[in-house]
Amino acid sequence: MGAALVEARGLTKRFDDRVAVDGIDFAVEPGEAFGFLGPNGAGKSSTMRMVGCVSPPTAGELSVFGLDARREGPAIRARLGVVPQEDNLDTELSVLDNLIIYGRYFGLPHRAIRTRATSLLEFMQLGDRASARVDPLSGGMKRRLTIARALINQPELLLLDEPTTGLDPQVRHLLWDRLYQLRRESGVSLILTTHYMDEAEQLCDRLVIMDDGRIVAEGSPAALIAQHAARDVVELRFAADADRLRAAGMLERAGRVEPAGDRLLIYTDAADLVLKLVHDEALTTTSVLSRRGSLEDVFLILTGRSLED
Amino acid sequence: MSSVADLPAARVVEREARAFSKLWRGSVFSSVLTPVLYLGAMGLGLGALVDSRNGGVSGTSYLIFVTPGLLAAGTTISAAGEAMWPIMGGFKWGRQYHAIAAAVPSPGDIYDGVIAWRGCLVALSASAFLVVAALLGGVPSPWGVLAVPAAVLGALAIAAPLAAYVATRESDVSFVVIYRVAVFPLFLFSGTFFPVSMLPDSVRWLVVISPLWHTVELCRGATTGHIGWSAMVHVAVLAGCVVVGRWWGHRTFARRLSP
Repeated sequence: MGAALVEARGLTKRFDDRVAVDGIDFAVEPGEAFGFLGPNGAGKSSTMRMVGCVSPPTAGELSVFGLDARREGPAIRARLGVVPQEDNLDTELSVLDNLIIYGRYFGLPHRAIRTRATSLLEFMQLGDRASARVDPLSGGMKRRLTIARALINQPELLLLDEPTTGLDPQVRHLLWDRLYQLRRESGVSLILTTHYMDEAEQLCDRLVIMDDGRIVAEGSPAALIAQHAARDVVELRFAADADRLRAAGMLERAGRVEPAGDRLLIYTDAADLVLKLVHDEALTTTSVLSRRGSLEDVFLILTGRSLED
Repeated sequence: MSSVADLPAARVVEREARAFSKLWRGSVFSSVLTPVLYLGAMGLGLGALVDSRNGGVSGTSYLIFVTPGLLAAGTTISAAGEAMWPIMGGFKWGRQYHAIAAAVPSPGDIYDGVIAWRGCLVALSASAFLVVAALLGGVPSPWGVLAVPAAVLGALAIAAPLAAYVATRESDVSFVVIYRVAVFPLFLFSGTFFPVSMLPDSVRWLVVISPLWHTVELCRGATTGHIGWSAMVHVAVLAGCVVVGRWWGHRTFARRLSP
């Protein structure tokens, strides 16, 4: 496994009496887009901070670029790009100076940074804002600038912690687009955390699902859905509890039945059959929704809880 | 392909200088003009009164007596402020220090950089103040130029531990208390405006352990040209504060930025 970009064994982070990350193992290969999916407090950000060498592991082993994260922090950080969850742009500097000064933290020469900063601002559609102040920028612009800043040292690995949380759909799609383009053109590897299943499905080749500091599943989005959920999901709501209980028993023929509050979720490879049974048995439903299985379902099945909880 | 920066703390100084270049006007007002105004009011105005009644202080004119006091107190008090609110901002309000820590500089480099920059600022404002004071006749000795490094050392003796303390705080409520209870009384009673020998014995020891008194004595020795062995003691005390402050600051910055 020596060639792994990031490799963790028994990685643990404790704060006083709280265990944030509880002995996890994972490996990220060069060129991969790897995700940590899970609800808030699952330990995703703590893991990212350890990979980013701004939080020493309490126990376990962690290597990044084959270097020991505990001892070679500066050498590792020199090759990383970091997009933190909370914006921390330098509000005392202009948009362009944010990139230039950030490049200086890596010891890069002024001239090289200036050329690169200008093209990064264009790439992130901020070219006309170079001399603007940072404060009045919209949330989406700040996020784009933060990503541009993370690219100033031409990193081999980009760490993105909840990259699109709080952004409107248009901006999210622009960012996803740019991240695709980056991978295609410069071959940068990505590690991202998210609690949005659609983001994980869009961006990640492979991901782990975290819950309560542990990894509960690992695989490609499609493989995880196939393994833990099913291709299709039918969601049914009933007017009467009696109907719901009757349906639960009957629909087991068509797939796996999971109660979820006042709904029934049926995981199946034959949604048509479920719908036909509901109709034939004259079950009185108030709503019927047939959709593709998602990572949300995987999470629900594995933990009994929803990602948004 | 990037490489590890040779001296990461210097890059942090560069950031501070870049930010300062946009905001220097306000800073010049508070760190140069204010002490010069004090010099006019105290050294010339009040000084005329003191000199006519008492024939000066310790054998010199009041202007000559109060010039190093104002230099040391002015630079120390502004360094104290600079070591509190802006540093809290770097952790909490703007969070820039977290961004820097994600790049090559370590928390210790960030501490060294912000403290070194505060030293540069003091060197600038102390030089400007000394030029004005010399033109007014407040600096009789050419050794007066040594008052600049003395003021820098004295300011860092306060800023180094204060910045370390700030890194342990979640809010700035205690800063005003520190300013009112510690910094401002020291400003008044550290031999700045009148000799410490005029204080009652019961409180004099309080002054003697204050870094500001040592700074005032060092600056006064330089501007008046009376530099004796006691200067070594003052330098040692102030350097001790810087060393201890830096040791503490490396710990608190690391705990804050790399928990």
